[in-house]
Amino acid sequence: MGLLSNAAALLGKEVRTEFRSRELLSTTIVFVLIVVVLFSFTFDPTTNESHRFGPGLLWLAFLFAASLMLQTCFLREQVNDTLSALRLAVSDPFAIFLAKIGANTLFLLLTELLMLPVFAALFNVSFRGQLPGILLTFFLGSLGISVAGTALAAISAQARMRELLLPLLLLPLLAPILVASTEVTISLMAPEPFMQWKGIGFLVVFDVVFLTALWLFGEYLLEE
Amino acid sequence: MSAAAEPSIGLRFEKVDKRYGAVYALRNLTLAIAPGECVALAGRNGSGKTTLLRIASCLTRPTRGTLSYSGVTENQNSKTGFVAHATMVYDELTAEENLLFFAKLLGVANRRQRVEQLLSEVGLGERKDSLVRTFSRGMRQRVAIARALLANPSLLLFDEPATGLDPEATAWLTGYLRKLRDSGCTILMSLHGESEVARLATRAVRLDAGSVVADTRSGATFQSIFSFVGG
Amino acid sequence: MAKRVLLGAAAVLLVIAAAYASFFVAPEERTMGVLQRIFYFHVSCAWAGLTAFSIGFLANLLYVWKRKEKYDWLGVSCAEVGVAFTTVVLISGPIWAKPAWGIYWTWDARLTSTFILWLLYISYLLLRTLIEEPDRRALLSALFGIFAFIDVPIVFGAIRWWRTQHPAPVIMGGPNSGLAPGMRGTFFFAVFAMHILMWFLIAERYSLERMRSDVELLRREAEAT
Repeated sequence: MGLLSNAAALLGKEVRTEFRSRELLSTTIVFVLIVVVLFSFTFDPTTNESHRFGPGLLWLAFLFAASLMLQTCFLREQVNDTLSALRLAVSDPFAIFLAKIGANTLFLLLTELLMLPVFAALFNVSFRGQLPGILLTFFLGSLGISVAGTALAAISAQARMRELLLPLLLLPLLAPILVASTEVTISLMAPEPFMQWKGIGFLVVFDVVFLTALWLFGEYLLEE
Repeated sequence: MSAAAEPSIGLRFEKVDKRYGAVYALRNLTLAIAPGECVALAGRNGSGKTTLLRIASCLTRPTRGTLSYSGVTENQNSKTGFVAHATMVYDELTAEENLLFFAKLLGVANRRQRVEQLLSEVGLGERKDSLVRTFSRGMRQRVAIARALLANPSLLLFDEPATGLDPEATAWLTGYLRKLRDSGCTILMSLHGESEVARLATRAVRLDAGSVVADTRSGATFQSIFSFVGG
Repeated sequence: MAKRVLLGAAAVLLVIAAAYASFFVAPEERTMGVLQRIFYFHVSCAWAGLTAFSIGFLANLLYVWKRKEKYDWLGVSCAEVGVAFTTVVLISGPIWAKPAWGIYWTWDARLTSTFILWLLYISYLLLRTLIEEPDRRALLSALFGIFAFIDVPIVFGAIRWWRTQHPAPVIMGGPNSGLAPGMRGTFFFAVFAMHILMWFLIAERYSLERMRSDVELLRREAEAT
C-alpha cells in the first residue's frame, strides 16, 4: 500500500475513533472557551481594545489548547504498543505522521471554527465577508501547529514529565505561527479589513519547512 | 486454513549486538533458522529473547552485525507476523474493526473475506462486534494472533504467547500453533518454561546474557534447555 | 592538556584585551557616550552564541547520520555555551537600555528573537535531563535541536516583520547605524576574542561530557555484573 493510501486509511481510523467518543474535541473546545473567558478579565473589552487584543488572545488560546491536545496522539499508541503494529503494517513511516498531522489539523480547525462565532459575539468583533481569508489563516496556522506539534509529541512521548514537556518544547517553536496568524487575523477583523499576504507567506514557509524536516527525519523519531 | 503459499522464510543472525547505552541486550549473537523450523527460545528474563524477536520483526535494528532473510522477494513486513507481550490492537475498536483496519494498511486482498475467515478460525466470530476493551486476556491474545496472520505471513514471531492464559486458552493456543507449524510457517517463539507449547518446537535454543548458550541442533537436549532456575 | 591551558589563557587574555580596547581604544560614540561601549561586548557575545548554536546544529545532523556519541557531546556542549552567551546578551541589553532609554526592556526584533532562541535551547537542555537512556537522549535531543535551529531564521524573520507593523524603540541603534572606521577594528577584535573564548568553553565542556559518559559506562557495567 502506498504512502498516501496508508495515510488515508490511518487518518480515517483516527477521525472515526474520535467522532465515536468525541472526548478530545469536547475537552479542547471547552478549554479554549475557558481561556477566552479568562482572558477577557485581563483587558477592557471595548470594541477598540477587542480589535487590538482579541485575535492575539484567541490564537494564544488555540496554541495552549493544541499543546495539551497533541499529547494524546502518540500516548494513545503506547497503551497497547499499537505504534509497533502500525510500523509493521505501513510501507513508509511518514504515513503515520501524515495521518496524525491530518487528524490534528482537522480537530484544531473544527475547534477554531466553532469558537469563531462565539468569539465574535463575546467581543463584538465582525469578520463578515472575510471568511475565506480567515479560513485560509486558520488552516495554515493549524497545519503549522499540527506539524510541529505532532513531531514534538513523538519526542515527548519518550521522555519523562511529558505533560509539561510538550508545551515547553512546542510553544517557543511556534512563535512565528503566533505572530503571523495574529497579525493576519487582526487585519481581517479590523474596521477596514485587508489581507496581509506577507503573514500568510510566513505561515506557508513554516508549514513547508517543518513538513519537509519531518519527512526527512520522521523515521528516526519512531525508532526504537 | 491455507498453507503458506510462498516458500518459507529462513533467518540468519550474524554476530548481532544490540546495545542500550552501556547495557548489551544481545552480544555477538549468531543464529541461523532454516525455513519451516519451529524454534523455541528459552532463557531467563533479560537474556535477550524479546530483543531478538523485535530485531527479527524489523522493529529494532542491531547496533552491530547483520540480520538476513532467505526466501523473501518484496515487502518483508507483510511476510512477518509478530505477536508480542502487548496486544498491539486498539481497545476502543471492535475486533472486526481492528482487523479490517490493519488489513487495509497491509493491502490484503479481499480483506472482508479474510477478516471473517480469521475471526472464525480463532474462534472470535461471535464477538467480532465487541470492543476489544471488553475482552479477556485469552481473547485479546486471539485478536493479536489474527492481526499477525492477516497477510498470510510465512514467518511468525511469538513473545511468550502462553503468559497469562488459562488452561483452556493454552490448549487452544497449542492446537492453533500446531496447525501453523504443520502448514510450513517458520515459527520463532520465546517461552518461559517447558510446557505443551514448548513441545511443539522442532528445535530449542537457549539464550543467556544476550548470546546463544545451548542449541538442540548442536546436541543439547530439550530438557536441559528448559531446565533453569526461576523465570 | 597543555593545549587546553594555552587555549584558556589565550581566551582570557584576548577578552581582557578586547575589554581594554572597548574602553580605551575605540572612539567615543557621538550620541550615547560611554554607555555605547557595552555594544562591543553585547554584539560579540550574540555572534559567538549564534556560532555556537550553528556548530551545534551541524553536530546534531552528524549524530543523526553517524550515531557516534562524540557528536552528541559536541551538540550539548555547543548548546550550553550558546545559552551562556545568549544569557549575557539578554542581560547586557537591559543594562545598556535602562540608562540610555529609561527602560529595561523593549520588545524589539532582535531582543525578542534572541529571547525565543534562548527559550528554545533551554528547552533542549531540559529535554536532555528528562531522558535517561543515553542513546535515546542523544537521538531525540539531536532531532529537537535540528527542529529548533531551522525555526530560528523563521522566528527572526517573522518577528522583524511584526515589528515593522508595530514600530518600537530599538536598542543598539537601528539597521542604519553603521560603524565608524575607528570602531570597526575594536568591534571585530571583540568578535574574534569572544569566538576564541567560545571555542575554549566548548572544548572544556566537551571533555567534561566525555568523562561523564565514561563514568556512566563504568557505573552501568559495574551494576550489570
